[in-house]
This record gives sequence, structure tokens and C-alpha cells, in this order.
Amino acid sequence: MKTYLPLVVVLALASAYGFWWKLSRGAIRTNKSVPGHRLSPAVLGQDLGSRATMVQFSSAFCAPCRATHALLSQMVESLPDVRHIHIDAESHLELVRELDIRSTPTTIFLNRDGIEVGRAAGTPKREQVITALNAIA
Amino acid sequence: MSEVLDKPEVARIYIDARGPRFGAVITTTVLAVALVTQNKWILLAQGLVFAIGALRGPQFTPYGLIFKNFIKPRLSQPGPTEDVRPPKFAQTVGLAFAAVGIISAFTGADLVFTVAVGFALGAAFLNAAFNYCLGCEMYLLLVRLTSK
Repeated sequence: MKTYLPLVVVLALASAYGFWWKLSRGAIRTNKSVPGHRLSPAVLGQDLGSRATMVQFSSAFCAPCRATHALLSQMVESLPDVRHIHIDAESHLELVRELDIRSTPTTIFLNRDGIEVGRAAGTPKREQVITALNAIA
Repeated sequence: MSEVLDKPEVARIYIDARGPRFGAVITTTVLAVALVTQNKWILLAQGLVFAIGALRGPQFTPYGLIFKNFIKPRLSQPGPTEDVRPPKFAQTVGLAFAAVGIISAFTGADLVFTVAVGFALGAAFLNAAFNYCLGCEMYLLLVRLTSK
């Protein structure tokens, strides 16, 4: 008994989702933030940057987390007023739930007060990070 | 706090990142045939491949060995390496879907078989076509759902 219908349905749905996934990874969204949440050095375990902070959540089963870490830590070397804080999502589940982080890597952009101004799921491009950081006064 | 990536005893095995991608292409083909022919034996064979990948690592599966012995020697560029844990996690997810499909096929639940193979095929296809990272999208959600 041969049937091609399930195959066609699976490939169509997976392709649609795959294109959406590919396009949305790395994009820095400013509208999906959890409103009113303020992250402090006490919660993060490290001081905030004097202008901006990028808080990256990673997990062990995530290959792009490594690329994101390399990009962001390299970028902050030339930005003295921006800090990159790296957090293991699995061992900070309470924070992960509060901030509604669903996938890794997720990078949260904070202003000087620790208020979230944007977030990116997946590895952002260098230009996207520069644009997001420039928008934080 | 970068120990999740950098601690040597945590991330100690690195493999050619093109290996699991090649395996995903074969897996997609095998699961597509299993879905079209509704053949439980093909799914069983793929399930065994997933089991090796989940327990030992994708580099030890038949697909991984084909890549290592026949494909890699013909590639001129050295490929990027990656931590073995993300593809190993993906193999575990594949094993779970295959197990559900095999059990349903042998108990006569044809619809469940089709849905389970469909999900496994969807994941393998996303990996092959889009370099989809199953561990990135699923692992944290699983942990959030299963722990307090």
C-alpha cells in the first residue's frame, strides 16, 4: 500500500517552518520582550555595562551558541561601555521562565538600567548587533 | 559563566560538522521511503541507526561511517568541527519518534505510525535542508516542562 499524501504534507509543512526559522533566527526583536523586567547585577552575577549589556543564554545541545559566544565576546572587546554576560540556561531555570526564554542561544539586550530593550533568538549578524547597540543610548 | 561551552570535561568530543548533515540527508530519504511504503521494517532499521547515534554518537552510525570512509576523503576542504552533543541529542529525538512508530506498527495503530514517522521525517528534513538545530529549539522547552 503506497501513499504519497503524508510525505507531501510533511515536506510542505517542514519547508514552510524551515524558511520561517531560517529568516527569524538572529533577528533582534523589540516587541516580544517581557515588559517591566529589570535585571540587576545581583541576579546576573556580574556588573552591567555602563551603556548596554548583552545577556546570552546557552545550552549544551546547541551548536550556534558557540558561534554567538565567539561573536559577542569579540565585539565587546572594542566596546568598553558594553558587556557580554554568558548564562547556562539549564542551571538558571527560574530566570529562564521569568524571561520566557524558549530556545538557545537567546541574547537579551539591556540598557544601562538593566531593562530589556530587545532580544534575538539564534545567532545574530554583526551588523544587527551594531544596530541594536547603537539604538541604546 | 561560559562553562557550558568551554569546560573540557563537558565538551570533549568534536566531530566534522558535515557528517551529521550528510547523515540527515540519508535519514530523510530512508524515512521518506518508510512513510510512502508504510513499511515498519525500514523504520526498524532506521531506529537502530538512531539508537547507535543516540547512545554512542552520530559518528558511529552506518551513515557516519559512510561519511568518514567514502565522502570525507573526497572533500578537499577541511570542514568545521562541532561539539558532538547537539547531533547526539537530535539522534535521541529521532529514536523516540522511531520507537513510537515501531510500537504502533506492530500493534496495528497505523495512524500513529504515520504521524510518528512524519515527525521524524520532518526533523531530519529540517536538519538536512536548513541545518536546523533541534537541540536549540527543543531542549530548553523539554527541561522547562519536565523540571520544577
